[in-house]
Amino acid sequence: MHGHDLFRFLLFVALLLALAPPLGAWLTRVFEGRARGLGGVETGLYRAAGIDPAREQTWATYARSLLAFNGVGLVLLFALLMLQGVLPLNPQHLPGLSWHLAFNTAASFITNTNWQSYGGESTLSYLSQMAGLCVQNFTSAATGFAVAVALIRGITRRETRSLGNFWADMTRVTLYVLLPLSLLLAVFLVWQGVPQNFDSYVSATTLDGGTQTIAHGPAASQIAIKQLGTNGGGFFNANAAHPYENPTPLSNLVQVLSILLLPAALVFAFGRMVGDRRQGYPLLAAMLLLFVVGFGIVYAIESHPNPLLASLPLDHHAGNLEGKEARFGVFDSALWATATTAASNGSVNAMHDSFLPLGALVPLVNMMLGEIVFGGVGAGLYGMLLYVLLTVFIAGLMVGRTPEYLGKKIEAREVRLLVLAMLSMPLCILVFGAAAIVVPQSLSGLQDAGPHGLTELLYAYTSAAANNGSAFAGFTANLPYTNTMLGLAMLIGRYAYILPLLAVAGSLASKRAAPVSAGTFPTHAPLFVGLLIGVILIIGGLTFFPVLVLGPVAEHFAMLAGTTW
Amino acid sequence: MKTLSLTPNNALWLSASQASLRKLDPRAQLRNPVMFVVWIGAVFVSVLWLRDLFGDGDALWSGQIALWLWFTVLFANFSESLAEGRGKARADSLRSAKGETEAKKVQRDGKRIERVSSRSLRAGDIVLVEAGDNIPGDGEVIEGIATVNEAAVTGESAPVLRESGGDRSSVTGGTKVVSDWIKVRITANPGESFLDRMIGLVEGAARQKTPNELALSVLLTGLTLIFLMVAVTLPFFAHYSGGKLPVTALIALLVTLIPTTIGGLLSAIGIAGMDRLVRANVIAKSGRAVEAAGDVDVLLLDKTGTITYGNRMAEAFLPAPGVDEVELTRVSWLSSLSDGTAEGRSIVELAKRRLGDLGSDAQRVTKSVEFTAQTRLSGADLDDGTELRKGAVQAVITYAFGSDESHVPPAFRKAVERIAESGGTPLAVAVKQGGETRLLGAIHLKDVVKPGIRARFAELRAMGIRTVMITGDNPLTAASIAAEAGVDDFLAEATPERKLELIRKEQQGGRMVAMCGDGTNDAPALAQADVGVAMNDGTPAAKEAANLVDLDSDPTKLIQVVEIGKQLLISRGSLTTFSIANDIAKYFAILPALFVSLYPQLAPLDVMRLHSPQSAILSAIIFNALIIVALIPLALRGVRYAALSASALLRRNLLIYGLGGIVVPFVGIKLIDVLVSAVGLA
Repeated sequence: MHGHDLFRFLLFVALLLALAPPLGAWLTRVFEGRARGLGGVETGLYRAAGIDPAREQTWATYARSLLAFNGVGLVLLFALLMLQGVLPLNPQHLPGLSWHLAFNTAASFITNTNWQSYGGESTLSYLSQMAGLCVQNFTSAATGFAVAVALIRGITRRETRSLGNFWADMTRVTLYVLLPLSLLLAVFLVWQGVPQNFDSYVSATTLDGGTQTIAHGPAASQIAIKQLGTNGGGFFNANAAHPYENPTPLSNLVQVLSILLLPAALVFAFGRMVGDRRQGYPLLAAMLLLFVVGFGIVYAIESHPNPLLASLPLDHHAGNLEGKEARFGVFDSALWATATTAASNGSVNAMHDSFLPLGALVPLVNMMLGEIVFGGVGAGLYGMLLYVLLTVFIAGLMVGRTPEYLGKKIEAREVRLLVLAMLSMPLCILVFGAAAIVVPQSLSGLQDAGPHGLTELLYAYTSAAANNGSAFAGFTANLPYTNTMLGLAMLIGRYAYILPLLAVAGSLASKRAAPVSAGTFPTHAPLFVGLLIGVILIIGGLTFFPVLVLGPVAEHFAMLAGTTW
Repeated sequence: MKTLSLTPNNALWLSASQASLRKLDPRAQLRNPVMFVVWIGAVFVSVLWLRDLFGDGDALWSGQIALWLWFTVLFANFSESLAEGRGKARADSLRSAKGETEAKKVQRDGKRIERVSSRSLRAGDIVLVEAGDNIPGDGEVIEGIATVNEAAVTGESAPVLRESGGDRSSVTGGTKVVSDWIKVRITANPGESFLDRMIGLVEGAARQKTPNELALSVLLTGLTLIFLMVAVTLPFFAHYSGGKLPVTALIALLVTLIPTTIGGLLSAIGIAGMDRLVRANVIAKSGRAVEAAGDVDVLLLDKTGTITYGNRMAEAFLPAPGVDEVELTRVSWLSSLSDGTAEGRSIVELAKRRLGDLGSDAQRVTKSVEFTAQTRLSGADLDDGTELRKGAVQAVITYAFGSDESHVPPAFRKAVERIAESGGTPLAVAVKQGGETRLLGAIHLKDVVKPGIRARFAELRAMGIRTVMITGDNPLTAASIAAEAGVDDFLAEATPERKLELIRKEQQGGRMVAMCGDGTNDAPALAQADVGVAMNDGTPAAKEAANLVDLDSDPTKLIQVVEIGKQLLISRGSLTTFSIANDIAKYFAILPALFVSLYPQLAPLDVMRLHSPQSAILSAIIFNALIIVALIPLALRGVRYAALSASALLRRNLLIYGLGGIVVPFVGIKLIDVLVSAVGLA
């Protein structure tokens, strides 16, 4: 690794670890209802909506509120997208979307996936972007937070049925966390040169006489929440590789940092909320370890030129630059690719399709693991907690007690729900993927043959199921079949995961907590980190090993042998 | 012709083998989803083998795969049958003691006696049992008093007294009345006696899965479902990649990936755990209690019998001022020679240890004086008329000085007080010789803490288990013994109510409590405790309230029960970890073999350098089957258990079963592959 790249990576990790703890402390205050400052606005909102924030909900009511809220969001967004042609704030006079694209996009944004089957500037009006996507950017992130908080409460509370109030959790986290941070970041981005206006697109004549349309719009405000809320849906189609979306090295650093900021902070908040900060550290350690290794692999692979091109008389010292924005190069592209798939962000500043096979394997695996390496806002923590509970259940027996986590016994009911949640990823990736690879319409969207084509398709379904939203490119998704199936995968990947976990939270909350003794399975020790990673890789990862072998791994070995398709 | 000797072990193996064949019935397999998938796979591959046999396929290969798939199912069946067989062997011996006997049923009028079969007795029936009769069922003595030989259930040959009312009213079916007669009210319906329940716990088909076992089965079923998705979707991806995957190989992949090792052994582990309990002569009324035993945080232990020997023993001779210790020792010895109580014998022992051979003094004793409740003294008279007396301090003072206590030396009084304060019992010794009475000193009797118990408690503490001593002693005495025994806490002047209160308090703090008890007044506490062990000689009420019954009536058993519970859980966890860790190697064996026809470039993935795709898949399947057999002894015996802290236990077991689970199959599959290819099987 080049010395200055190592320095930049360490700086990135240091910044993340410096900012996350204080933000975690603030998150804790917000979740516990101790955040003040906008009290007037908060109570005003409650009063307007007729909500009593002190009224606690059972897991079922909490889940119903969540489903109702997201369901209404889905319908409204769907309608807005279909009707955008007749609605205001549409200077380009863009028509309404097709039903399947509208469904795909609506599902994509309420599930925090933010997959782009559409092309931002060429498909969506300003109203759709602002009142549709941007609003869902906030609410889907807040929903993730709410689920994570409910699960933490389930773990910490004793002999109760209540998990908090969904509406209050949503309001607080939006008001005290997402809005202020987004405002801050948006102002910063405007300073760095990201546009924030309602102008029509500008037509320019290029030097060689061609005509170029330069898109504008209220970009900064949307990009801010897109990063902070691990949404990732770009304002422009090229996402963070677009010079207006990501103009400077500084904007690049701050954006990639803000992808991981809230998920990392939430881990610290978890430690605080369970009353033992040491319990957050192994989770953080496991995340960091997987992140560092993932980044290391992408960086190492991409630092070398494509072996098939290595013999050409070119300057190869910059590594594999195909599909990378020349402004960013290998380091920034590798860091972004790792971060965006570790978290469920999905924004990109390079084309993952052009990564070398093993370089592309890392983002893919990151998502297949369920995005628990920091992960989506809220989703990363509850996903990681699923693995923690699973680890405790499998290995906890080895200390001679029935498994328990933070004093709560993991019994048949919890295991049943955890297994249910675990089924959604293989279902959406393997079963949907297998269907997609034989359905002619879906296959017609495939750009490349051979294992690379399989990777493209696999990536799309993985990205949808994991609610990531990053696109591998090379796979045309805007087809009725693919739009519908990917939309379904997003919904299943989100709600078939959330609902069982909320039920787990309800079940755990009703239990007594056993006190810690020398006989308690140690979940804060370094050993637990290794164990957790082992379970994540074996249970979460090995499932997808066969298809990965047929995709990127086969492509890698074929490439080494000089075979192309 | 060679004759096969049917030693009990061989018989066990034979019947287990037969049972494993019987369990091939798909209805029996449905109980275990993991093995059911293997069963279906075996049927499939068998059909494919037939097709190959009459077609042009590689019948040798598919035949072998089919064979090993059937072996996988059989091995799993065998492990369960073997565990059942061992458990049943013990239960059968108990059952044969019980057998079908004739019972003398007392009619409603209370007088007429009808002779009926013991099997027809229902709860509430009253039977008369006379000397020489077997007691026909579990019950409670309602009239009469008799000595009963309980050797059939406890192995203890000395008969015990059973009488109506009080704490000795409970009798067990299959035991025998030796003298006198009793009337017994039967408390269990046929099939519900302790013995029947125990047999139920070690029988695979009738057995109820314990809560944790159930949870684990759910997880294993979930993993099976996931791997089913992997295997079923793979042909689609292979089709895209321009090839076809042989169904036999796909089934092999599925079977090696699903957790067959733990899936096959899970039932055996559970049964073996119950069997270990039965071998310790403890009957569990449900499997749940055994798991709960592993989780216990607080052990309530009765002082008497568990922590101390229950009778006081001489610890020291403390001479009064001006008295030689040798004289005190010698007199104490002489006065105790004919004292048959445990205390008396311990005085003789101690004196011998102190003075060595005491010579022929013993022959001078002409008359021994027995202890009575009135005098509270005992002792001996010598041939010269000398009277030697020992007894309660006040009684000896009165004997020596009458009501005039001014002669009692203050130093003696101090010594006596110190003994009492330290939790001991002081005895005074006096001698009357030629009209002169002298107070020689005191003997310190002490409640003797069992050797090794302190270390045991330290072990329990390391495991995170707190011990609380329960005693009727006053707090002073209790504190002293508690300190000596090294318990974490004690409850002095314990009453059943205070015990119950203590349990509730601990449980409110989220702790799991285990206790043992025998009296009817223990019943509420036994019922409240998470693990309640009733002594077999306790009352029916106590036995009903408890979830475990110790046939030996040994309160120390509680600690053993906890260890058995922990060992059961550890075995289950270790083998699960091992089973899941195995998958890595199996992937590396089968995937290259499966895909090499699609992408020959994938050859480097075959890190084990296996002989051929056929031998790779066959070796993985053989390993998968044989590992079940290899682990049967471990499943039956249980993973070695050491009293360590959770961190230390985890480190050790993770190293052996986690890391071992990753490495062993790589080595094993490679070895099998070398063998299989050398013999030319694939």
